[in-house]
Amino acid sequence: MQPTDIGNPDYFHKVVDCQWACPAHTPVPEYIRLIAAGRYTDSYMINWRSNVFPGILGRTCDRPCEPACRRGRVEKEAVAICRLKRVAADFKDDVRARLPAIPSKKNGKRIACIGAGPASLTVARDLMPLGYHVVLYDQDPFAGGMIRTQIPRFRLPEPVIDEEVGYVLGMGVETRFGQRVDSLKALLAEGYDAIFVGCGAPRGKDLDVPGRQEAAARVHIGIDWLASVSFGHVASIGKRVIVLGGGNTAMDCCRTARRLGGEDVKVIVRSGFEEMKASPWEKEDAIAEDIPILNYLVPKSFSHHDGKLSGVWFEKVRAEYDAKGRRKLVPTGEPDQHFECDDVLVAIGQENAFPWIERDAGVEFDKWGLPVLNQKTLQSTHPKVLFGGDAAFGPKNIIWAVAHGHDAAISIDKLCNGEDLGERPPPMENLVSQKMGIHEWSYDNEISTEKRYKVHHAEKRAALKDIKVEVELGFDRKRAYLEAQRCLNCDVQTVFTSKLCIECDACVDICPMDCINFTANGEEEDLRRRLIAPALNPSQDLYVSGALKTGRVMVKDEDVCLHCGLCAERCPTGAWDMQKFLIDMTHAGPACRSRKRSPALTTS
Amino acid sequence: MTYLAKPKLHHPRLPANKLGYTRRDYEGAVSTLCAGCGHDSISAAIVQACFELDLPPHRIAKLSGIGCSSKTPTYFLGNSHGFNSVHGRMPSVLTGANLANRALIYMGVSGDGDSASIGLGQLAHAIRRGVNMVYAVMNNGVYGLTKGQFSATADKGSKSKRGEVNTDAAIDLVGMALQLGASFVARSFSGDKAQLVPLLKAAIAHRGAAFLDVLSPCVAFNNHEGSTKSFDYVRSHNEAVNRLDFMVERAPITADYAPGTVRAVVQHDGSTLVLRKLAEDYDPSDRIRAMTYLAERQAAGEVVTGLLYVDPEAGELHDSLNTVERPLNALGDAELVPVRPPSRASTRACGSRTAGGAQGVNRRPRPPVPPRAPRRSRRVPGSGAGA
Repeated sequence: MQPTDIGNPDYFHKVVDCQWACPAHTPVPEYIRLIAAGRYTDSYMINWRSNVFPGILGRTCDRPCEPACRRGRVEKEAVAICRLKRVAADFKDDVRARLPAIPSKKNGKRIACIGAGPASLTVARDLMPLGYHVVLYDQDPFAGGMIRTQIPRFRLPEPVIDEEVGYVLGMGVETRFGQRVDSLKALLAEGYDAIFVGCGAPRGKDLDVPGRQEAAARVHIGIDWLASVSFGHVASIGKRVIVLGGGNTAMDCCRTARRLGGEDVKVIVRSGFEEMKASPWEKEDAIAEDIPILNYLVPKSFSHHDGKLSGVWFEKVRAEYDAKGRRKLVPTGEPDQHFECDDVLVAIGQENAFPWIERDAGVEFDKWGLPVLNQKTLQSTHPKVLFGGDAAFGPKNIIWAVAHGHDAAISIDKLCNGEDLGERPPPMENLVSQKMGIHEWSYDNEISTEKRYKVHHAEKRAALKDIKVEVELGFDRKRAYLEAQRCLNCDVQTVFTSKLCIECDACVDICPMDCINFTANGEEEDLRRRLIAPALNPSQDLYVSGALKTGRVMVKDEDVCLHCGLCAERCPTGAWDMQKFLIDMTHAGPACRSRKRSPALTTS
Repeated sequence: MTYLAKPKLHHPRLPANKLGYTRRDYEGAVSTLCAGCGHDSISAAIVQACFELDLPPHRIAKLSGIGCSSKTPTYFLGNSHGFNSVHGRMPSVLTGANLANRALIYMGVSGDGDSASIGLGQLAHAIRRGVNMVYAVMNNGVYGLTKGQFSATADKGSKSKRGEVNTDAAIDLVGMALQLGASFVARSFSGDKAQLVPLLKAAIAHRGAAFLDVLSPCVAFNNHEGSTKSFDYVRSHNEAVNRLDFMVERAPITADYAPGTVRAVVQHDGSTLVLRKLAEDYDPSDRIRAMTYLAERQAAGEVVTGLLYVDPEAGELHDSLNTVERPLNALGDAELVPVRPPSRASTRACGSRTAGGAQGVNRRPRPPVPPRAPRRSRRVPGSGAGA
């Protein structure tokens, strides 16, 4: 193999599994260390810069970081990254003084953001400090979008939303709330320099089976019903409720129903339990609230009496897999099953809908009704119109919306400066030795053997009584510290300098995970098999040095490295060093502009 | 130097041996030797060898004297018996322990100062008696603990870190061991575990005095230009006479070897040593020729390594002493002190049996235990009586 190019920012970035997996590339180990140090405000600000909504995401994120966490490969469970994020938000001081200054003199560019959800708010957050004039539209009277309408209060209390949405609005964003946008053409005619569409996937899928029309009064679309609950239009539901669907919306629906009078609430899903789209922890929380989840039942019809819903008929199915591993649900042939109920909540998916975009406005759509976009710049076929969040590529989640928001803000900034949108400068990276003494590092390199800590929940009876009682109580400071110590500091990289190595084997002997090898070079496949501990995880790179004095090479399997720094401590020559790798993703602003041009329209 | 314990976490697919132990179970406390010390690599090789041999840790006794090398038993086999003796006196303590309990595996660890200076006489006699043991010398040619004076194994003409030239002749421990009748003699290098681990395994399986001289560079005081014990010097002058593939069971040799390049030696316990020849015509069963060869190559400036001599039929100290198969420490008073029946009065005065035993008096006399014919004991781990 060729020696590893550690100059490529992606190499060490990939070693920080959590950060690499996060769509917004939040520097997770960095903020976790700050939590351990009790520096909650600093930790919060690192989060805020990267993901805009630390308090909200610390409660609701889909956590792509946690399945990626190295700790999950080293022992059983990942670090509770998401809940630690909440700790930073819970214990921080007033951060208002640390928010970016907003120039009083604007740069003369006006940007419209459609839909006041996480994607649009991120665009506004990134552009306001640069002197842009941002106009935020939403049909609802509040900002927040699905964060406010679809996520129930027992998971995300309103003050948390108000606070973090408020930081963005407080920058002086012009808001046009409670006002539907009916025409893109009309909006374009208002002379905006760019329009960002972040209106989400606002249409809940319906279930068109016999009886749907007759029973309509007691059959509700999940996300619409959740929004009605959120705005206080709905305050009760029948005693027996069936929730159809297996995603996180279904989990929110059933748990909300339990709080509005539902005593016998069931979730009934077509697929098997494991394949359900809902996050495992959300399923757990639902089950803990006495909500059974029934699988392999396909809704066939609504039964009704005198125009009133009486239940749902289901066909029993089982999963069959073809040679390509594709699943097919096949009827088992058993008699259909009937479940009685008073209300049905349909949470079987969401769709995009852009009824307000005229088809001749210059924005092309594909056959699935999604806008045709440049994946990187998020620009549509109309140069001034960009998309982000669920509106761009269909329903995803908040953290993806934030990532899109950052990218779109860069595009808008470049667009307004007359630059090529496709030219994206690489992120800023920083690699600094953490050595402070012979066996002293600037980070805590002792490896905790604690198991993952659980978050305490509110007492169930009290929680089910009031929809506003938050279920998860969050970590207290002590638990937060212990959980933070489980983080392996994957951003403190093992950096190897070939010319200093005397091949004494000290690092090989001390490495607790058998990551380090000195062996004859070879092709990657062959090398992976020949290591002391064969490197069987192809998603994790091998770190290969240049040829050493004996002609061998150093090969390190990054897979299960604890970043304990013992290799560097045992190294007599400093060939190994522990260096902190900080990567600062490109954000909109002068730094991301082309070097070829002189900065023109920057902040004054 | 580190004060941080090695994390308990280990590779998720770390293999276990026949006893269900992983390699990590054979480790000791974290080393306090200098970072990069060759001794730590030898410790790691001992850990690896004991793991691969499926040795129960509680059947091993590790003994050492004083010095950097003699600190290492703390850093390997944390669940084995250990004894840190007086400087240079490890061979006597080991001999005594072996006489008292022949059922354990004895691992003597020493350094060039401990063995070639203060303990030279001790080393000589333990070897010439054929004590059943592994005697490993971690040889760095320098007194590391006292900041780098030449030791007795430093080559004449080699330079100290401060530039002084050694004017004394070096003691060649391997040559001495051959002359004194060691039945297994090898030399290796801490920086070559592929060679060292099989040699250690063979030495452990060997019945009799197995002597291993392991060159182990001192990174702090003897790894500079002009030293003959540095990583660079040993690597560039290393001439291995053979490569040892150690095999535990008596088994047909299945690996592909060119004809005439392999020699198989079956030891007492049935273990087979498969030696791949590297030096033409080197015969590790000929003591005299081995000594000559070593002297010649050494004069030519080479560092000869590999299995230099082995006598698979060698006896050991217990054979010559005609001791019983059962470890002496497991014998009761009756067997150990075969005296005539005591008088009534003295029996009464003793009071109890245990008190009587302490005074060398048995209540119920037994005939003396006749010495048994010496039996070739297989050093199968765990087969002996308790320690």
